[in-house]
Amino acid sequence: MTAPRVSVLDPAGPQAATIVGLWDVFLWISIAVFVLVVACFAVATIRAVREQRRDGDGDPLATDPASDRRMIRGVAAAGIVTVGTLLALLVASIRSGRALAALEDDAGALHVRVTGRQWWWQIEYEHDDPGQSATTANELHVPVGRTVHLELTSADVIHSFWVPSIHGKKDLIPGRINRTWIRIDEPGEYAGQCAEFCGLEHARMAIAIHADPPDVFAAWLAHQREPAASPRDAEAARGLAVFTGSPCVLCHAIAGTTAGGRLGPDLTHAASRGTLAAGALPNTIGNLAGWILDPQSVKPGAHMPATSLAPADLHALLAYLEGLR
Amino acid sequence: MSAAVERELELPDLTAELACAWTRPRGLRGWLGDVDHKAIGRRYIATAFGFFLLGGVLALIMRLQLAAPNRELVGPDRYDQIFTTHGSTMMFLFAVPVMQGFGVYLVPLMLGTRNVAFPRLNAYGYWVYLIGGVFLWVGLLTDTGPDAGWFAYVPLAGPEYGTGKRMDVWAQMITFTELSALAVAVNLIVTTLKHRAPGMALHRMPMFVWATLVTSVMVVFAMPAVMLSSGQLASDRLIATHFFNAAEGGDPLLWQHLFWYFAHPEVYIIFLPALGFVSSILAPFARTQLVGYTALVLATVATAFIGFGVWVHHMFATGLPQLGQSFFTAASLLIVIPTGVQMFLWIATVWRGRVRLATPMLYVVAFFVTFLIGGLTGVMIASVPLDLQVHDTFFIVAHLHYVLIGGAVFPLLGAVYYWFPKLTGRMLDERAGKLSCALVFAGFHLTFFPMHQLGLDGMPRRVYTYDEATGWGPLNLVATVGAVVLGLGVALTLVNAVVAWRRGAIAGPDPWRADGLEWTTSSPPPAYNFRDLPTVCDRYPAWTSPPDQPVVYGVRADRPELLVTTLVDAAPDHRTELANVTLAPLGAALATGVTFIGSIFTPWAVPIGGALIVIALVVWFWPRPPYREERLEAAP
Repeated sequence: MTAPRVSVLDPAGPQAATIVGLWDVFLWISIAVFVLVVACFAVATIRAVREQRRDGDGDPLATDPASDRRMIRGVAAAGIVTVGTLLALLVASIRSGRALAALEDDAGALHVRVTGRQWWWQIEYEHDDPGQSATTANELHVPVGRTVHLELTSADVIHSFWVPSIHGKKDLIPGRINRTWIRIDEPGEYAGQCAEFCGLEHARMAIAIHADPPDVFAAWLAHQREPAASPRDAEAARGLAVFTGSPCVLCHAIAGTTAGGRLGPDLTHAASRGTLAAGALPNTIGNLAGWILDPQSVKPGAHMPATSLAPADLHALLAYLEGLR
Repeated sequence: MSAAVERELELPDLTAELACAWTRPRGLRGWLGDVDHKAIGRRYIATAFGFFLLGGVLALIMRLQLAAPNRELVGPDRYDQIFTTHGSTMMFLFAVPVMQGFGVYLVPLMLGTRNVAFPRLNAYGYWVYLIGGVFLWVGLLTDTGPDAGWFAYVPLAGPEYGTGKRMDVWAQMITFTELSALAVAVNLIVTTLKHRAPGMALHRMPMFVWATLVTSVMVVFAMPAVMLSSGQLASDRLIATHFFNAAEGGDPLLWQHLFWYFAHPEVYIIFLPALGFVSSILAPFARTQLVGYTALVLATVATAFIGFGVWVHHMFATGLPQLGQSFFTAASLLIVIPTGVQMFLWIATVWRGRVRLATPMLYVVAFFVTFLIGGLTGVMIASVPLDLQVHDTFFIVAHLHYVLIGGAVFPLLGAVYYWFPKLTGRMLDERAGKLSCALVFAGFHLTFFPMHQLGLDGMPRRVYTYDEATGWGPLNLVATVGAVVLGLGVALTLVNAVVAWRRGAIAGPDPWRADGLEWTTSSPPPAYNFRDLPTVCDRYPAWTSPPDQPVVYGVRADRPELLVTTLVDAAPDHRTELANVTLAPLGAALATGVTFIGSIFTPWAVPIGGALIVIALVVWFWPRPPYREERLEAAP
């Protein structure tokens, strides 16, 4: 598997590509301005230093009206060029802003709700039939080439949704709903993380976007809409009993079981996800065990409490969770 | 009143009377009760540099933590307190106070007067600032350091998520420092408008005085916004109001509007005095008059006006309407024009002059190059689409340090080398100065230039660590090495200052052959600043002053008295008597401290502290006992 893409300068869709185009305009104009201004300043300074070394200090009150007029004209000309350049940049910026808004009119957009939480992302694919809606965490799956309309809000503090290769940021603010529209044209995995400081584990609040061909995405979504897989064997069945009999159920939901907590990530298809704790660890059985027993050593400050389980119970629980594909 | 007379009249030498009237008594009471603007200014500058060093230590800890992926020098809890205290210290306890401190010290000298208009208010402002600063740092050292960022966004900083007293410490530190800033601003505005030397009409004021005046007016308009919002935050936290609580009809975005309505002008409050330093240094070191004085003044005023219309560019990602955002893009680009014009005028000034590359001038060169880059990245982030990508990333960390260190600290260090002889009477070492300038310049760019790339590579701000897979490790290591070099450069200047203070070459009144009135008196100036109060007939009084320049006569020498001049033309108007050494400001500041600090524990602190403040103010405004001769006159 290739590493996920994460760079403002490596766009994978029209939004980020528009911004890179604008970036190039600003960057090259800035470089030109920098070179020009520094050159003028350097020439003036070197000339003035040489004169001072050759002739010593002059009379500070001496004036030369003709040369002053030339200089004022030069400054005025530079000022006019500045105004013109800024106007051009303003027009370029507003045109790019319009281009970014173009996706908003796409009636066929896929609608996804993203809720920021300390310190993970809740992702909901809604459906007219509530029983058909799918909830997952920290991994946003989207079809390639289709506009996706993200409805953003927060359950606690302000977060910011940012996947650099796709689009700029949009804040998730409690009590408000923000919207952003994205489209990804190249299949692949794109990384990002929360961009608004949101407390202790702001650094470990990663989000990944998986852009898949439409049929792959459709299959994925259909699977996510199903309830959780039944335990495969007796060990896993005992694991389900451990889960529902432990504090886990206070925060986590598993569709098709009695577990209906809403504070932590939905675990219905937890084993299908690539990472644990919003990108903090790869989702392996060993990491999962460590995370359950002592979340604070992985992600200090995380709201998940440590759960002490007898070894046999832990193994049963892991066997069950591993089956939640 | 006849103020100016010819010098040939052979004025009596009133030095002894002046010294008696203006010098503070020896001992602790004299020290604590000193209201001399030079003493208060020195204290502001020294305290602010103390906080600068402390904030710099925090910066180094952060750079060491981020030098490589997954380092565990500090954990997230400590890291959050550190970056919050770093930002708060640098903005509220260093940058604004140090600029105001230079204003307090220099403005009366540049205006040719003997003190600020309200000396007791001046002392009060300093003590309040000191209490607020110590309070913040005691918080950090007792694990009660604020941890929601120097911008303190709610709800993270609010009662629900900002638990404990940490953000209360922040909110009240803000109230302290803003109160102090307002006290200085009012003082400097009135001093500048009413106590200029006769003849120093507005169009003859030195550029630094203009910058200070404009900045002070900005303080008066900006600080109330943050005092309001920090007060709202404190009451949300302490007495359960719901200004920012979305669940109860409050609004978290209200905080952001109020905070940035203050905090963007704050950048110019820091930066405009620095531009004043640059103009002050350029004239003597290019040995010529400033090209386009009027344009420089207008540019300063224009920057101040536009600076109040750009705050929303900190909030482009919050989902505000697009049309409104375009307005703020335009305003943010507009502010480039006055700043650009100033830079072009400085180039013209250098072009016309003959430049000596002494250390202050070298810092101006470093400023010019560095600030230009910060200004250009500022143009980039004025654009909504670009800002949406780089907002809250290390690109912004780079940009703001280019503007604040490049744009303000470099000129400030230049100002230190320039005015150190005036403050202490001794010269800083030139070789150490040049070396420190080179180290600071190289270290700075090594630290902050790579951060532009880190931001584009997706590294957000305020993260306490990152994974190796991100690929951010190498550039972070470069930045950390740069920070160490930068730290060495600052340390070298510190050592230079300590050594020169004791053993530096004697400076004399005017070591740079500079142009301002402050160079016409001895170094350091006597308690009464000028034996003969000067008059002024152009912008460069120390260069032009003819030997028969009139001086002011008729201001009492045996009492602390100031000459009051008219607002525009600075024609002599009347005299005013000032308070001398008094402990009332210290008492009032302590009462203020009890009120603010106590109020984070109990609302009762407000009425009790209020009563204490009233008592202090009664002492403060108690009429002074009549002078002996007045008593004699009144006797039958």
